Amino acid sequence: MEGKFLGNEIVLQIHGMKTYFFTDMGTVKAVDGLDLAVRTGSTLGIVGESGCGKTVTALSIMRLVPKPAGKIVAGKVIFDGTDLLKLTKSEMRKIRGNKISMIFQEPMTALNPVYRVGDQIAEVISLHQHVSKKEAMERAIEVLKLVKIPSPDIRIKDYPHQMSGGMRQRVMIAIAVSCDPSLVIADEPTTALDVTIQAQVLDLMKRLKEVTNTASILITHDLGVIAENAQEVVVMYAGKAVEYAGVKRLFDNPLHPYTVGMMKCIPWLGAHRDKKSRLPVISGIVPNLYDLPKGCSFAERCREAQGPCWHNQPELVSLEQGHLVRCLKY
Amino acid sequence: MEDKVILSCKNVKKYFPIKKGIFSRTYAYVKAVDGVDLEIEKGETLGLVGESGCGKTTLGLLLPRLEEPTGGEILMEGHPILRYDQKRLRDIRREMQIIFQDPYSSLNPRKKVGTIIGEPFLIHKLGNKKEMLERIHELLKLVGIRQEHINRYAHEFSGGQRQRIGIARALILNPKLIICDEPVSALDVSIQAQILNLLQDLQEQFHLTFLFISHDLSVVEHISDRIAVMYLGRIVEMAKKEYIYNSPRHPYTEALLSATPVADPSFARKKIILEGDVPSPINPPRGCHFNTRCPKVMDICRQEVPEFTEIARGHLVRCFLWR
Ligand SMILES: Nc1ncnc2c1ncn2[C@@H]1O[C@H](COP(=O)(O)OP(=O)(O)OP(=O)(O)O)[C@@H](O)[C@H]1O
Ligand SMILES: [Mg+2]
Repeated sequence: MEGKFLGNEIVLQIHGMKTYFFTDMGTVKAVDGLDLAVRTGSTLGIVGESGCGKTVTALSIMRLVPKPAGKIVAGKVIFDGTDLLKLTKSEMRKIRGNKISMIFQEPMTALNPVYRVGDQIAEVISLHQHVSKKEAMERAIEVLKLVKIPSPDIRIKDYPHQMSGGMRQRVMIAIAVSCDPSLVIADEPTTALDVTIQAQVLDLMKRLKEVTNTASILITHDLGVIAENAQEVVVMYAGKAVEYAGVKRLFDNPLHPYTVGMMKCIPWLGAHRDKKSRLPVISGIVPNLYDLPKGCSFAERCREAQGPCWHNQPELVSLEQGHLVRCLKY
Repeated sequence: MEDKVILSCKNVKKYFPIKKGIFSRTYAYVKAVDGVDLEIEKGETLGLVGESGCGKTTLGLLLPRLEEPTGGEILMEGHPILRYDQKRLRDIRREMQIIFQDPYSSLNPRKKVGTIIGEPFLIHKLGNKKEMLERIHELLKLVGIRQEHINRYAHEFSGGQRQRIGIARALILNPKLIICDEPVSALDVSIQAQILNLLQDLQEQFHLTFLFISHDLSVVEHISDRIAVMYLGRIVEMAKKEYIYNSPRHPYTEALLSATPVADPSFARKKIILEGDVPSPINPPRGCHFNTRCPKVMDICRQEVPEFTEIARGHLVRCFLWR
């Protein structure tokens, strides 16, 4: 299956993207040289711990990095043959929400509390498509049906607060797919939801993708969600991709010491550890992004770190079968 | 048998009144905890798992009477604490401490670490200043915070470190039972593992008993001896963790297991996707609370409340399929 996806057309390609925040306390290198590609019908998972730059990556693609502190200082974001970073604001507005759409962690902050959900969906549709108000509303009901909201013709009159968290996230998905985008970026779309509701929402996203063949980026800190939903995976640490591979390959044969450590330190459902056993840990905490070490950012937590790791920044090197890793070991 | 049990509760309930109008008339109740029976054995970790709003946190607060139960009976080492006055309660409460979910909000960020940890020691007048400082230093070492950080403020620490401070504070009174309410949910996975290990080490060293509350079945399964599964105010299944994992009997437990993501792309299984949302605890469905989402619902489930029944030794289920 992976092979099939790898053969598919590239929808988005990022080259050497750097997004920095210039603050009173110094420069935060939130994303510091990122490369990735997303293909039609495939989900690229981005996984990593809090603060590693996942959300800033998504905001950079959408050109929504908070100003004036934040700035994309280098790189290319090639979508549909054009570099998004070179587009004017109005050109970008035509793409955002239309050809590329985004689903956020907390739908309550993304939805406007004072407008009915039907109006909010219809507004996005009429912003990007030449349709009448009536047609836009009909299309809104259709997409709500698509995301399995029961009696959508009635629910369009609801305000966001009248819906449960799971339903609001469905509405967000409805908005995201309403204009038939070629790329959907979902940033922790189910983190705020209960597990049984998370399963519903992820199942829905999977089904939609099968129908539309859309490319997607799924951002999460949950390796379980990645394993069950992504075809390719980028592991991020302190603003950089440290490993990049097909999902099966990554889980069967993780190479970067950070990836290995992270996979070992999560409790496995059904592992039945006895009481004496302890989880293998990654010692220490993530480095301060204001003041990154000279060499490898992971060196101070790495069991295998040696002399050169403290001085030389490792490059992302390509091993067999599209498996990339940023570690001096390779 | 009895003395193996450190804490037991029978038919414990908590109904929060919802008031409305100028006369603040109570017009409904949130049935946050709706008749819970459980026993916690000395030295064990009982995991309590369930989704948001199912009453886990409320139950955790009821046990040391930080919330007053609406009804039921709680025995802490044989003491019927619901019948005790505040003074007698205080001495018993010392034995039960809580570690909270969010280390950011549960610690006062403007207080120094030493003050935070020492506070319970002062309140319970356990000794003089020098003894207190000695004890704080001992605890800092135990939980892995550098001793020279005793005068730093809570806001200067990372999430994992704050959780360590919260643990030190819970330990200063030498409790027997610690109620851990989502202690690792706000933490990154690498830090989560550090804290889980610390809790296990402390349990072993001080023969602690844990009630470990979490929404994350993988974490609960890792740390617990037994697991109680809660849904809308009621415990629907309780057993040794192996039984919960290998032979779940309640359809909700099955669904929860199946919905929990597994970090292994080769692990193929058919997911049980539950329909609909969790009903509101203000107006829970009649009969079994799970009947609106249960894939195996029968007529009787909409009429009557199933009893919490022991179907095998130590395996209790509240479901008509297992009468
Ligand atoms: N507006 C901002 N000003 C300054 N720094 C920022 C700003 N937004 C983000 N950052 C910093 O950029 C870094 C990356 O943040 P980002 O939100 O992308 O992390 P994340 O991987 O999405 O984390 P999480 O898992 O917590 O969502 C962090 O160090 C963060 O503090
Ligand atoms: Mg984020």
